[in-house]
Amino acid sequence: MYAQMVKSEATNEDPALLAAFQARIDAGEKIEPKDWMPEGYRQTLIRQIGQHAHSEVVGQLPEGNWITRAPTLERKAILLAKVQDEAGHGLYLYCAAETLGVSRDDLTEALLAGKMKYSSIFNYPTLNWADIGAVGWLVDGAAIVNQVALQRTSFGPYARAMVRICKEESFHARQGYHAIMQMAFGTPEQKAMAQDAVNRLWFPAMMMFGPSDKDSVHSAQSMAWKIKINTNDELRQKFVDQTVPQILYLGLDLPDPGLVWNEARGHYDFTEPDWSEFYDVLKGNGPCNADRMAARQKAWDDGAWFRDGLMAHARKAAARKMAAE
Amino acid sequence: MSNEWPLWEVFIRGQHGLNHRHVGSLHAPDAELAIRHARDVYTRRNEGVSIWVVPSAQITASAPGDKGPLFEPSNAKVYRHPTFYDIPDEVGHM
Ligand SMILES: [Fe+2]
Ligand SMILES: [Fe+2]
Repeated sequence: MYAQMVKSEATNEDPALLAAFQARIDAGEKIEPKDWMPEGYRQTLIRQIGQHAHSEVVGQLPEGNWITRAPTLERKAILLAKVQDEAGHGLYLYCAAETLGVSRDDLTEALLAGKMKYSSIFNYPTLNWADIGAVGWLVDGAAIVNQVALQRTSFGPYARAMVRICKEESFHARQGYHAIMQMAFGTPEQKAMAQDAVNRLWFPAMMMFGPSDKDSVHSAQSMAWKIKINTNDELRQKFVDQTVPQILYLGLDLPDPGLVWNEARGHYDFTEPDWSEFYDVLKGNGPCNADRMAARQKAWDDGAWFRDGLMAHARKAAARKMAAE
Repeated sequence: MSNEWPLWEVFIRGQHGLNHRHVGSLHAPDAELAIRHARDVYTRRNEGVSIWVVPSAQITASAPGDKGPLFEPSNAKVYRHPTFYDIPDEVGHM
């Protein structure tokens, strides 16, 4: 998802403490920052929340790309508000991660050094206005499926960040679907653009959940600790089932001939995305990886004088105040 | 010295004469900017009418291990609750 392929860390601690910790998790108690926790739990969460935060921030880039070119003033205001929300989501999540003993600057530097990742989805381009609608609808739609589940995650600050985020996400998905609706019900050219956007973004959106993890040891540990609540396959299926009727309502063709209702399962069957493409994108070879990282690096470098300047000003003002007292 | 902006805890009073409630934290170089950032990060949808910010380093928290000594004594004092007392129906609502 926004956190894909997060390996859980092995833990090597006092079995009595571990058992007591697991009992708290099993009883549905939330773990708070100052509580004892296994080092593996802490490290896995730092990685997962950090990756989630980076995704929110990098996710502003493909949409920010269209703010100045939105087709109407209203759409521009909406997109600006949506992108601003994503900045906020990044901030909530960095703060949640910081309660585990890392700093936001550490996390940013780890991203820039290539030691941390963000979601594969943001390495795909937004080529035209239809893509902006499709991103809000499908990408935020997929994110919502994951984030709704994570509201029940065991680490208190992460769960609370998810609650805040989920409150804001439904606006994101709805404005995207609304934008796509106007195109799908517009001129034949607009409808063709909507179809093209769905066709291109469908499989990348499916990849957001990550490859099947039903047999993964890492996933089993994360699920036992309630860092993860559902398997990737469960979440992907949920996304498919809720999205197919939305595509059909638009009068668009399904982006995958394998999408067929399976009466016996009570779910839609679908074609798995091309996982070799997914791994390739994670390795850095997606269409926009280099651009995204360059944009983050530039923002970090260009903002340094500003961050430092404000800090210097704050220190001077504090010293002056001390001297006056 | 690290130039990372320090962390602040943010408390917001909702619309209806409620207490300020902790909503999260953020980074800012000083108190004035912490309030402005809090406005942008935590009140984009009319969530509040007043903001408090406190440097996170200034918060003193009780230790999780002190939960027993701090809170258990009140568990045993059931007579502090109105439901401890059976009052006859005849006397009316009390
Ligand atoms: Fe978000
Ligand atoms: Fe979103």
